[in-house]
Amino acid sequence: MAVSQMIGASIKRREDPELVTGTGSFVDDLPQTAVLYMHVVRSTEPHARILGIETARAKEAGGVVAIYTGKDLRQEFQSPLPVTVTFVPEKKVPDQYPIAVDKVRYVGEPVAIVLATSRAAAEDAAERVEVRYEALPAVTDIEAAIAKGAPVIHESLGSNLSYDVQRSAGDIDAAFREAEVTVKQRLQQQRLIPIAVETRGVVADYRRFANSLTVWSSTQIPHFVKVWLAVILGIPESQVRVVAPDVGGGFGSKIRVYPEEVLTALASRKAGRPVKWIEDREENMRATHHGRSQIWDVEIAAKKDGTVLGLRATQWLDLGAYCSQFGTFQTIGLLVVQGPYRLKALDGRLVGIFTNRTPTDAYRGAGRPEATYVIERVMDLVAQATGLDPAAVRRKNLVRADEQPFTSLLGFTYDSGDYRAGLDRALELVGYEKLRQEQAEGRKHGRYMGIGLASYLEICGLGPAAPTQANTGVSLWGMGVVRLHFTGKATAITGSSPHGQGHETTFSQIVSDVIGIPPEDVDVIHGDTANGPMGMNTYGSRSTALDGNAVHISATRVRDKAKKIAAHLLEAAEDDIVYEQGKAFVKGSPSKSVTIQEIAMASFQTNRIPPGMEGGLEATTFYDPTNFVWPFGTHVCVVEVDPQTGAVRIARYLALDDCGTRINPMVVNGQIHGGIAQGIGQALLEEGVYGDDGQLKTGTLVDYLIPSAADLPFFELTETITPSPVNPLGVKGIGEAGTIASTAATINAVVDALQPFGVKDVDMPASPAKVWQLMHRNGGKKA
Amino acid sequence: MRQRVSMTINGARYEHEVEPRTLLVHYIREQAGLTGTHIGCDTSNCGACTIEMDGHSVKSCTVFAVQANGSQLLTIEGLANGTQLHPLQQAFWDEHGLQCGYCTPGMIMAARQLLARNPNPSEREIRLGIEGNLCRCTGYHNIVKAIQTAARVMGEGAKRKSPATVS
Repeated sequence: MAVSQMIGASIKRREDPELVTGTGSFVDDLPQTAVLYMHVVRSTEPHARILGIETARAKEAGGVVAIYTGKDLRQEFQSPLPVTVTFVPEKKVPDQYPIAVDKVRYVGEPVAIVLATSRAAAEDAAERVEVRYEALPAVTDIEAAIAKGAPVIHESLGSNLSYDVQRSAGDIDAAFREAEVTVKQRLQQQRLIPIAVETRGVVADYRRFANSLTVWSSTQIPHFVKVWLAVILGIPESQVRVVAPDVGGGFGSKIRVYPEEVLTALASRKAGRPVKWIEDREENMRATHHGRSQIWDVEIAAKKDGTVLGLRATQWLDLGAYCSQFGTFQTIGLLVVQGPYRLKALDGRLVGIFTNRTPTDAYRGAGRPEATYVIERVMDLVAQATGLDPAAVRRKNLVRADEQPFTSLLGFTYDSGDYRAGLDRALELVGYEKLRQEQAEGRKHGRYMGIGLASYLEICGLGPAAPTQANTGVSLWGMGVVRLHFTGKATAITGSSPHGQGHETTFSQIVSDVIGIPPEDVDVIHGDTANGPMGMNTYGSRSTALDGNAVHISATRVRDKAKKIAAHLLEAAEDDIVYEQGKAFVKGSPSKSVTIQEIAMASFQTNRIPPGMEGGLEATTFYDPTNFVWPFGTHVCVVEVDPQTGAVRIARYLALDDCGTRINPMVVNGQIHGGIAQGIGQALLEEGVYGDDGQLKTGTLVDYLIPSAADLPFFELTETITPSPVNPLGVKGIGEAGTIASTAATINAVVDALQPFGVKDVDMPASPAKVWQLMHRNGGKKA
Repeated sequence: MRQRVSMTINGARYEHEVEPRTLLVHYIREQAGLTGTHIGCDTSNCGACTIEMDGHSVKSCTVFAVQANGSQLLTIEGLANGTQLHPLQQAFWDEHGLQCGYCTPGMIMAARQLLARNPNPSEREIRLGIEGNLCRCTGYHNIVKAIQTAARVMGEGAKRKSPATVS
């Protein structure tokens, strides 16, 4: 394969040989000596005052080195855990410290830590820790939390409201006056538990006489963790190093600075030894943040021809017990609910509500699956109300290619794309007309097939520095270093930190393409704050769009400098130098050439570079794009509902995605596959359920179902490619697109299958029991 | 009340004292030092800890180390021959059958047993065969493809070894 054709090449992942042989390095695999094990004693109460914690008996247990309660540690924290502004500057933010002191507010909140010489000893001793609680009434859902006289979770705030704000544009009253059809609907976004297959884990090593701290954490955000460990524990930031080694999945659940990262580090400082904490699954399901947990109330104004005029929408968000670090990112759901459609008016309201449950934060898609779910359910509700085909309603409302760049009601400018062409292509490939015929025929014979569409538009690639600074409080740029070594091999450093996305492979292709050396000659470093400048980490499908472009620009700057050196070596004018496939030659005489390896060596030899030039071939780029990127596409889900059991089977799933340039199409498709599966999980299987007693009833993988291989078909993937005009590579994000589209497509298919029974909506997850009941609510009579 | 256990893992003999409650997966990871076998849950649902014990596929979180006394174990580290990958490892690599790679060792070990019992499985048989192993990254698409590829490669290998079966 010619190295100049690296962009678009499905080369195999360099990450894999270690991972398939069991020689990878996840946090729990790192060799440690003299390590202490930390066990976190957690609240068993959803809402209670801590009257006292008795640790004497536990301290006598074998192997115990120390036990600390919240009271013991409170003075050590110089700051509460961080919370970013993220779209809602009006919000009230109660302080959250890594460990509870006087009061607990959710089951799973840390109340004490036990340090012992083995994990078993720590857990044994923890059973002897006696926490005396005075139970307080708990609020366990959104409506109970804002009911009159509801128990208040944070007394200092006076109520359970963090925010209640409007985000509106256009004349909504005019839209409803013009309406010929109106539909009201409540749409549920059930609470989800992320379940990365590797739970979280931390190893911390504090060196007293150097006042230095090294932390290995299963995190998506090592650079942010570094900053906040320094701030919270009062250690100079230059003395703190955070490493994210191999990370076994994240999906947003490893995006915040967690209490346990601080506690493990603090424990190491107090004990003077390395300390290790590995979360178990039961713990993970309570202590690692949850996602979604929202109710949306929508009212739609439309015309009989399917034109959607206006939308009233309230997004009720269950924050859980505290404001999580990026928790209000989920409010982007309302901000981009317009999706790929023209709309005259949006009347939006965001309400953030505390409950006595695990805090919620980003989970794959974070706000954008909710937005797509709402607008795609709206399209189907309008289709149902007008008698039009769902595809026709979408085609009627989609932004046309000639309207690009289109500006949404709330002021976002879409970058590029022909959304209708994507819809039409997906319908053609799936054989939409034929499916509709099969459906009609099947219904005559008691077969219930459903066809569901979702045309999504995703905002991602976070993000341009100015709007992200204004809206999140952090300037999110990309960071990329490219360094050529003496022998012409390269190192690339990225500020993004993968957990399965294959950055090492993709980023080596980017450098290879620009410099013209084989990708094997490019080492890619990530996830270590001691290597390279501050990075902005991984979330929001930003890696290739931000850090990939930063690496690309650095590689280009290295190549430009290499050309200057080549001109000097070849005694030619720089303008006469042609650089191709790792070689520079004089235009018209290809035999007069130097290789990049020769140029790299020369760059370190002062007598071989132009006078006045700095030595070395290295560039660092902080890349700030002019806009977000906006991938889009149409997914089509075909389901069969078993009338005997209510079970939903995914018969076919076709996805058309446009994420701009695809650097490694194999990796891109893998991201889409996984995303689709996660969205289907929400649609059909997953739900974090709390009892009225505030206890998590789905607290193990026995009760919380994630998709298995037997639940899914092969996916049919296809694409259109509209390079983003925003960045030099022309890439858009792809990490979340599958999840953003598939929940809506699947539920639209289920509702479509149940149309003969007069069903207009189904709450997720569409479990067999729920579907069966909908089919039999009128004694099985059809509508 | 520690007990002495000895077992063979990937052809090498291991002997240690263990607490009777020690799970086999903890023994393999912490005492034998073979960290390729992972832990993803505490209810035997995820399958990340799948290994082979005396020719049977087991989730090593549901076996006590003392129960494995005298057994022959095979873990992910024992599959490759030097740098020569096992056809399943090769197929997972070739077909992009992994992303974060955390479930992969268990998935490959489960697939190995599946192919040992059924060398030519249908797509449905593969999906049912690995139902006890959870992956959150891949949607299983490329895992199923990788197992199909490995079945084909191993089938061809078996044919070469036994010419009598060649028609």
